[in-house]
Amino acid sequence: MSNATTNASAGAPARLEHTELPRKESNGPLRKQLFAWILLAPTVIGMGVFTVIPIIGSVVLAFFRWDIISAPEFVGFENFVSVVTNPTVRVSFLNTIVFVVIAVTLQLGIALVLAAMVAERLPNWLRVFFRSTFFFPLILSAASVSIFMGYLFNEQFGAVNWLLGLIGIAPVPWLTTPTGAAAVVIIVYVWQNFGFSFLLFVGGLGSIPKEIYEAAEIDGASGVKKFFNVTMPLLSPTTLVASVMAVISALQVFDQPYVLTRGGPGDSTRTAVMVIFESGFQQLEFGRASAIGLLLMILIMAVTYVQFRLSRRFVFYQ
Amino acid sequence: MTTQTLEAPAAPKRARRRPGMNWSLLGRLAVLLVAAVLTLGPVMWTLSTSLRPPSESFSLPPRFLPWDPDFTSYAGVFEQIDMIRLVVNSALTTGLIAAGQMITAAMAGYAFARIKFKGRTALFGIVLATMMIPVQVTIVPVFMIIRGMDLADTLLALIIPAVPTAFGTFLMRQYFMGIPLELAEAAEIDGASQWRIFRSIYLPLATPGMAIVGILAFNYHWNEFFRPLILTISEGNFTLPLGLVSLQGNMGTGSISVVLAGVILSMIPALIVFFFGQRSLRAGLTAGIGK
Repeated sequence: MSNATTNASAGAPARLEHTELPRKESNGPLRKQLFAWILLAPTVIGMGVFTVIPIIGSVVLAFFRWDIISAPEFVGFENFVSVVTNPTVRVSFLNTIVFVVIAVTLQLGIALVLAAMVAERLPNWLRVFFRSTFFFPLILSAASVSIFMGYLFNEQFGAVNWLLGLIGIAPVPWLTTPTGAAAVVIIVYVWQNFGFSFLLFVGGLGSIPKEIYEAAEIDGASGVKKFFNVTMPLLSPTTLVASVMAVISALQVFDQPYVLTRGGPGDSTRTAVMVIFESGFQQLEFGRASAIGLLLMILIMAVTYVQFRLSRRFVFYQ
Repeated sequence: MTTQTLEAPAAPKRARRRPGMNWSLLGRLAVLLVAAVLTLGPVMWTLSTSLRPPSESFSLPPRFLPWDPDFTSYAGVFEQIDMIRLVVNSALTTGLIAAGQMITAAMAGYAFARIKFKGRTALFGIVLATMMIPVQVTIVPVFMIIRGMDLADTLLALIIPAVPTAFGTFLMRQYFMGIPLELAEAAEIDGASQWRIFRSIYLPLATPGMAIVGILAFNYHWNEFFRPLILTISEGNFTLPLGLVSLQGNMGTGSISVVLAGVILSMIPALIVFFFGQRSLRAGLTAGIGK
């Protein structure tokens, strides 16, 4: 993110000087400015009304108890504290964190291994086939995926337990036990999203110069050694971007647990965003929903910040 | 081919390593194939099961290849839910969001890239900052603003807030910055207006960038679940993902092939994008933050 920002601002000045040729005067800078604002109007007004005002509204609302019907009542930090005091809210935040750690680790690990395998010598048609295949789940809706995955993981009739039965494993109560349900949510999420990290890794691997590998080969480095001593360090900028993006999207997980389990059994698969939805639009606790949303946003920003700070120490830029 | 002649002197060394290389190639292929089967398997099962008669839909063994197709479930899904309505709603919502994003992002991106105005850097910074705000954080106030505008439970409630796009604006700005300035300078000397320079010179050159914005918007909003779940109430305004989830809820473990037929039908537009716009979609998704 900040990469893009710095790139953009670094690129701009050089071009600006270009526009500021003497001819600018004759065109009337005021008319040009007006034209700029006309072009910007839909985006700026739209973002003002649907992003900036709502975020301010959320901050204010987070300090009130309000169900739309009766008058809002100021409650101080009570809504924020609910993350600790309210058992459901607390459990769902903990669930979200556990989910993020496991799902992101799996997603990045699988994506990296597959990307490294695709990047090495391989007939081109096979490379295209694998790349398209791993990309495919990304175009589907998480809701649809969760619908058919829910059937596949059905305890009695599901294909997963049938296949496991072939190798002598007794039917697993996937969606009816807390651990099983959490596992299914993670599997379904990773199944759909690893392709995105895979694409990033394929791009990153493609930008590592071949000469470095040749040099390593001459020095007698084996495949595994090359991976850990050449690929991993040179790939670290990509790994950073991929992990930041994976964490941000995993923190917002909603569709899969909503469709697969509705948060159950018990609260075992309830996530932070599910609690935003339930407190706001089922229990009419709009203040609490706003507060949880803000906490989630702060968590997202903090994680992003920490990951970029850590990168200064560990990421190797060429 | 050229490398072969270049590496000729090293041939004995390569020959010695050949068998090892082949084993590792086979190993790699095996792992990649297993991953591909695990990726495509669930989708193949969905397709095959949707093509079984409803009464057999949950019978074992599961079927992964659609031999002996039966289309009863496809007729069934149109009887069970107002499938046409869902498709129309999804198409309208997604189409208008995509078109709106392409136009507004091109306009704003051009202003940021090509016109110097007061507060440009600061405003662009704010636009980029809004990319960091997840949709769940603003949903409560957005819901209230929509109610205030008297748009609650309409398709416009889904469309209007989704049109302004920070990511699209960012993408189009980058795109316009890559188009040479000389074109505009020549046109300005010829006395063309600012609007003509934008509309007739730059916009046609920026269509590939707009296509990326449009395809990304289409892919995201066609599949979107969270906002429609909150912003629409009556079934007449449901979009496809919402309609299918409610159908699944009503069916229990009944004739799941009907639900799966709906799922397969809802995938068709995404498949079209996959086969014809995959390059743009990949380019857009990896251009920055896929939003």
